[in-house]
Amino acid sequence: MHSSTPRTLAEKVWDEHVVSRAEGKPDLLYIDLHLVHEVTSPQAFEGLRLSGRTVRRPDLTLATEDHNVPTTDVDQPIADPVSLAQINALRANCAEFGVRLHPLGDVEQGIVHVVGPQLGLTQPGMTIVCGDSHTSTHGAFGALAFGIGTSEVEHVLATQTLPQVKPKNMAVTITGQLSTGVTAKDLVLTLIAQETTSGGQGYIVEYRGQAIESLSMEARMTICNMSIEWGAKAGLIAPDDTTFRYLRGRPHAPAGVDWDRAVEYWRTLVTDDEATFDKEVVIDATTVTPLVTWGTNPGQGMALGGNVPSPDDFRTEAEQAAAKRALHYMGLTAGTPIREITVDAVFVGSCTNGRIEDLRAAADILRGRKIADSVRMLVVPGSVRVRLQAEDEGLDIVFKDAGAEWRGAGCSMCLGMNPDQLAPGERCASTSNRNFEGRQGEGGRTHLVSPLVAAATAVTGHLTAPSDLPARV
Amino acid sequence: MDKFRSHTGTALPLRRGNVDTDQIIPAEYLKRITRSGFADGLFAAWKFDQDFVLNSAEYGGASVLVAGPDFGVGSSREHAVWALQDYGFKAVLSPCFGDIFSANAGKSGLLAAVVDLPAIERLWSITEADPATEVTVDLVDLAVRAGSWSAPMHVDDYTRWRMLEGLDDIEITLGQQADITRFESSRPSFKPATQLPPQHSPQHRGRAITSSETRSPKAVHS
Repeated sequence: MHSSTPRTLAEKVWDEHVVSRAEGKPDLLYIDLHLVHEVTSPQAFEGLRLSGRTVRRPDLTLATEDHNVPTTDVDQPIADPVSLAQINALRANCAEFGVRLHPLGDVEQGIVHVVGPQLGLTQPGMTIVCGDSHTSTHGAFGALAFGIGTSEVEHVLATQTLPQVKPKNMAVTITGQLSTGVTAKDLVLTLIAQETTSGGQGYIVEYRGQAIESLSMEARMTICNMSIEWGAKAGLIAPDDTTFRYLRGRPHAPAGVDWDRAVEYWRTLVTDDEATFDKEVVIDATTVTPLVTWGTNPGQGMALGGNVPSPDDFRTEAEQAAAKRALHYMGLTAGTPIREITVDAVFVGSCTNGRIEDLRAAADILRGRKIADSVRMLVVPGSVRVRLQAEDEGLDIVFKDAGAEWRGAGCSMCLGMNPDQLAPGERCASTSNRNFEGRQGEGGRTHLVSPLVAAATAVTGHLTAPSDLPARV
Repeated sequence: MDKFRSHTGTALPLRRGNVDTDQIIPAEYLKRITRSGFADGLFAAWKFDQDFVLNSAEYGGASVLVAGPDFGVGSSREHAVWALQDYGFKAVLSPCFGDIFSANAGKSGLLAAVVDLPAIERLWSITEADPATEVTVDLVDLAVRAGSWSAPMHVDDYTRWRMLEGLDDIEITLGQQADITRFESSRPSFKPATQLPPQHSPQHRGRAITSSETRSPKAVHS
């Protein structure tokens, strides 16, 4: 019915899910998949109970435990009583309302945004929500996926829909190809540094172009994951053969005739040639180099080869004040070469960079090398499946031989709400997504990096690109 | 949700931009399973600094927060809204809000109204000169006023209507059950459901994975 009007990919997925539309009101969108975790759901389930409501579609809902769980002794009871109470609340709620849950210790447990795709539940053309801002990750499959708050979690549980105002459309086109040693993480950090943390505000972003088409699904997820870090409502990438190859044979992927029908539909999920975007950004991939954040928001990034900027380098008074404050918090002096910044900790993991490809990349750097004595390195697989696969490939041995800690699955040191935290003043090179003040623990200082830079940094003890490393002994 | 038409109270000038929800309430406070009792977590890290404006007795009892651009960016935690409300704030004014924070505020009855930066700066000056200044946020007229000064504020039509009427939007949506059921009847069969397919029986579910058990059978779906 829309065939006459050229539309963007995002518009096609949006239109496909409109339950009702009325002048002056948001569209009521149907939600194909609702992912749930322990932190943002207890008050939503309690709301259902208080109003005598049920979960409309438990069969479109999946829960896992990820944010507050420990990544060591995962077969032991959770030591922190407050965390334990939250986990027990999730377990009781899922049992009461009939929601499938993968608890700590289960082979399918892991970070919610790693679990959905690996189960094949994340598919092109779907609407996916979760009470977590990094839900944008699932956009890598050509799904419209975005984070919601707890009241909205309750709304989706009760109705399987959400009233939503249609955002504007933006295209981010990445021309050319990324150089060796430069990753999707460097690309998205470069984009955020260029467009600022509010550059995507009010938009659904479609990432496209030669460099994006060449990326693996894992790398595409890294890009889409960080959409929220520049304020975008969602970020997505048109599905293609790379997407279909990733999906085929996964437990929840369509099979048989359904697979053929699905692929036929998925191939229509591209932006029409004549469709227009409200805004377009173009980045030349060949100019992207390893990037590191120096400040306290993901837009405060600098090439690894550069120096810590001075507040005077910024144009507006607000930016200058923010830079000054960030430098103070980070304990950095303007003009210091980024490479000379020493770290106490290295974290490889999170919904941004906790997938098998990320672990392989980090292991390739560490194979035959040792991490610096001054550095503590945590390697935290995004899910139990990722951990098992890494162990099948012997990556755990590489990490342990290098002196890193090999952990169980979870959000871990990405956010300070489980035992994996920085001490006040500690500095960390982290493959996670946020360098906010205190994000990795009160007083902790975070430099966002790619898995390659994280591993190289662990070897030298200061921010380092893989190409800086001496040959293996 | 209570009806919100207009509110008058003193205001707290927060001269900072890019206030992410991790600053509004750190993750440590998110382990609680209640919907209230988060006041102690509000700006918990910044409160250690005695000079932080929230520690100033002059602004005790302030109920309107006047913040810089990009307030409430980052994490989706609705606890940020609850912490502000539990502390006593009825409204937050900023030139720009994080999308999810803005939506959360509207659902919980905290007014998050967009006011342009020059007006925010004026409000900072006014309330810094006299912390006892009463500020009115008027959702009916979409205006913020302090004495004889006033400026327009923006709230999207749907949120404004719901807040003015005190409506719970789950109730509104449940009024459209027939539309939802009709929509569901036309969803393609290839869309996934979360129940385990029979060929992948849940033999591992509920089983503990221990560190000694690392070499799993190739149970990875392939």
